[in-house]
Amino acid sequence: MKLINHSDVIKKMKPRLLKNVIMRALFFSATLFGLVVLGVLFYRVLTQGIGYLDFQFLTSLPSRKPENAGVYTALIGTVWLMGVVAPVALLVGVGTAIYLEEYASKNKFTNFIQINISNLAGVPSIVFGLLGLTLFVRALSLGTSVLAAGLTMSLLVLPIIIVAAQEAIRAVPNELREASLGMGATKWQTIVRVVMPAAIPGILTGGILALSRAIGETAPLVVLGLPLFLAFLPRTVFDMFTVLPMQIYNWTGRPQEEFQSLAAAGIIVLLVLLILMNSIAVFIRNKFQKRY
Amino acid sequence: MSTVFVDKVKKAVESTTDVNTKNSVYKTNQLNLWYGDNHALKNIDLDIMENEVTSIIGPSGCGKSTYIKTLNRMIELVPGVKTAGEINYRGRNIFDKDYGVEELRTKVGMVFQKPNPFPKSIYENVAYGPKIHGIRDKKILNEIVEKSLRGAAIWDEVKDRLNQNAYGLSGGQQQRLCIARCLAIEPDVILMDEPTSALDPISTLKVEELVQELKENYSIIIVTHNMQQAARISDKTAFFLNGEVVEFDVTDKIFSNPKDKRTEDYITGRFG
Amino acid sequence: MIKQEVKANTTSVQELIAERKQKNNISRVLEIIMPKVLLITAILSVLTTLGILFTLIIETFTFFERVNIKEFITSKSWYPFSDPGSFGIMPLVSGTLKVTIIAGIVAVPIGLASAIFLSEYASDKTRRIIKPILEVLAGIPTIVYGFFALTFVTPLLRSMIPSLEMFNALSPGIVIGIMITPMIASLSEDAMSAVPRAMREGALAMGSTKFEVAIKVVLPAAVSGIVSSIVLALSRAIGETMIVAVAGGSTPKLSFNVTESIQTMTAYIVQVSQGDAGYGTTIYYSIYAVGFTLFLFTFLMNLLAQYISRRFREEY
Repeated sequence: MKLINHSDVIKKMKPRLLKNVIMRALFFSATLFGLVVLGVLFYRVLTQGIGYLDFQFLTSLPSRKPENAGVYTALIGTVWLMGVVAPVALLVGVGTAIYLEEYASKNKFTNFIQINISNLAGVPSIVFGLLGLTLFVRALSLGTSVLAAGLTMSLLVLPIIIVAAQEAIRAVPNELREASLGMGATKWQTIVRVVMPAAIPGILTGGILALSRAIGETAPLVVLGLPLFLAFLPRTVFDMFTVLPMQIYNWTGRPQEEFQSLAAAGIIVLLVLLILMNSIAVFIRNKFQKRY
Repeated sequence: MSTVFVDKVKKAVESTTDVNTKNSVYKTNQLNLWYGDNHALKNIDLDIMENEVTSIIGPSGCGKSTYIKTLNRMIELVPGVKTAGEINYRGRNIFDKDYGVEELRTKVGMVFQKPNPFPKSIYENVAYGPKIHGIRDKKILNEIVEKSLRGAAIWDEVKDRLNQNAYGLSGGQQQRLCIARCLAIEPDVILMDEPTSALDPISTLKVEELVQELKENYSIIIVTHNMQQAARISDKTAFFLNGEVVEFDVTDKIFSNPKDKRTEDYITGRFG
Repeated sequence: MIKQEVKANTTSVQELIAERKQKNNISRVLEIIMPKVLLITAILSVLTTLGILFTLIIETFTFFERVNIKEFITSKSWYPFSDPGSFGIMPLVSGTLKVTIIAGIVAVPIGLASAIFLSEYASDKTRRIIKPILEVLAGIPTIVYGFFALTFVTPLLRSMIPSLEMFNALSPGIVIGIMITPMIASLSEDAMSAVPRAMREGALAMGSTKFEVAIKVVLPAAVSGIVSSIVLALSRAIGETMIVAVAGGSTPKLSFNVTESIQTMTAYIVQVSQGDAGYGTTIYYSIYAVGFTLFLFTFLMNLLAQYISRRFREEY
């Protein structure tokens, strides 16, 4: 005795199939929405800013008169910031990753460190600014300097580097470690001569991602007290400075249309910088693709 | 009376009538090993001689890999391993507190089941051992590299591409490269853990020929699950079962006239 | 000739190694020191968290010496610059919530739909092209989004809703939604991809359409990862600063109106930091109190996300 009426099933097939087609189109449009927004954003920024983008823009100091204003100090400041964040974040981050992957035993303490790192990744960036203000600017008396900002941003991007480095180290096959130890190499020799060289591409990619994040952030720097308007360059890491996002924030806040266009031009510079950095990351990733 | 005891007596008698009295390279004395609660090696007594090829055979899980990894203390990489008993390498107990494990491993080299060259150039792979032990003179390194690659019967195939990445070599070539890498620090003993099980028949043959050549200058201990290979290339064979040495004798005797029934059963294929 | 050369240079390698062993004190020292040095760097990450907690708690403590904690939690007005000031956190929280909820309304449907498309419908090739582009969306600096919100989205919305003020909650809410969409899309797609192929094949073999498989088989199986990704994305939205600082305004008001100017917790901190609040004033400490509240919100949400992900993780 058949309980399923197959002709009924066939009848209901058509609307179901139609529903599938419609939903697919809907899902596809949703995906496309993000891409469309991206396109619109780039288009807007480009059309608004390209007029003001010229060599003079890149090499001038900011000024109250829009025609004379430039991103020079902000651009140099951004480079200074990278100069502090890169070594600090890499050293601490890679060191932590090596410890967690090569030396630490799987116990509660190690687990605690791991959980702590994921939690740190979810803390809003402005809170890091508050930490930096109390610890680096005031307690350590570094003032509103490149160093204070660099240290603050290093802490912010630390989880990114740690996770990337851990992944890279974990990906090195254990057989290589065994081969090295089997020849009488010590643990540290094995790490330096076998594990790290193999993990470098992954670590570099992580480092560039971290740097990209660091130079795009504004909120923590505002809290640290970075000036929105600065017309001279830092000479040491203890000097005051400003960065691209701050300059853009400054111009965005001004009501005059010219400043809006200046902001757009500044954004183009920032985006170009980021695209450059990420292209380098992709290049590194592809060049040193695993050949195992 | 245990079979092992009988063997010991027989060996003692034989050794006094041996024309060439060789030295013992590895003397294992009542070795016991546990993985946590699992008693993996039980009361192992084994005397391995120099300049011989000694093969270790037995079914999966019998402890042969565990044993060979204990000889150079690589087994200590596994968490929760406990040992009792002695292993004397040329008279020194390798478990002694003041016998540095790195020092042991410069005298006892290892070739693994799956070839594991470093993602570096062929030259750098072979030079790795000498370099980490402090040898920096380029001329000496060049000499060592050539000597080791010749010793591993692979020099002619790679001499024109020493700077190329080792991953460009075939599986069999990679394994011979690993052997060259091992030879570069001029060890005394070479441990081989199923070195040809991942290789094709032709490469297997090449490695087996190499082992025969190497025994003139080195002592070789080889774990193999391939009985025919053991019969082909080894001078002495040890049969492991359930973590114990069931029988240890000259290869010909093991394969033609085994003393223990279990050995006979394994060799004739009744289990394993 | 060659033979002679070889003889002259052949000190055994073992002898060379033995020679060097005596000189190798640095190596031995390194071997012992390095693990300890690395442990210190690992502890630094823990110290950072402790530093954040410590800083926030201590300065907030000072704040509560001057402002009644009951007032902070229950008062409906936030007028820190008046004399005497009024410090009820609700208006700021209201601003944050308005923006976050709008962001969620935008991001969840679009993010999920994108995830379903990428995981269930898209070909490998399509996925490999679209996914990186979504990553780009996620990597755009927030100040750029803020600029976009102020100069494009707000005028656009105002043309549709004439009563919309220059600064409002709708515009930054929508843009933050766009910003966090890739997070939901990417994490949900990961969760859905982890569902074994065998499950899908079982349903398809019975004549299900792809849509039915997606909704009735895959989504339920990946629900913990999906929900967790939404919670994480909302947590990010709560902590977002620059977009609201630029496009949201600085009017803390407790209301449901999304067309008027607002101020979020994050924007308040920015406003004070830019201003002249001297060190030691109540206003100075108020940014820590607000910051601590913000931290609590996001920390609890992150814990929730981790809990959901772990507790309801399906075992395949």
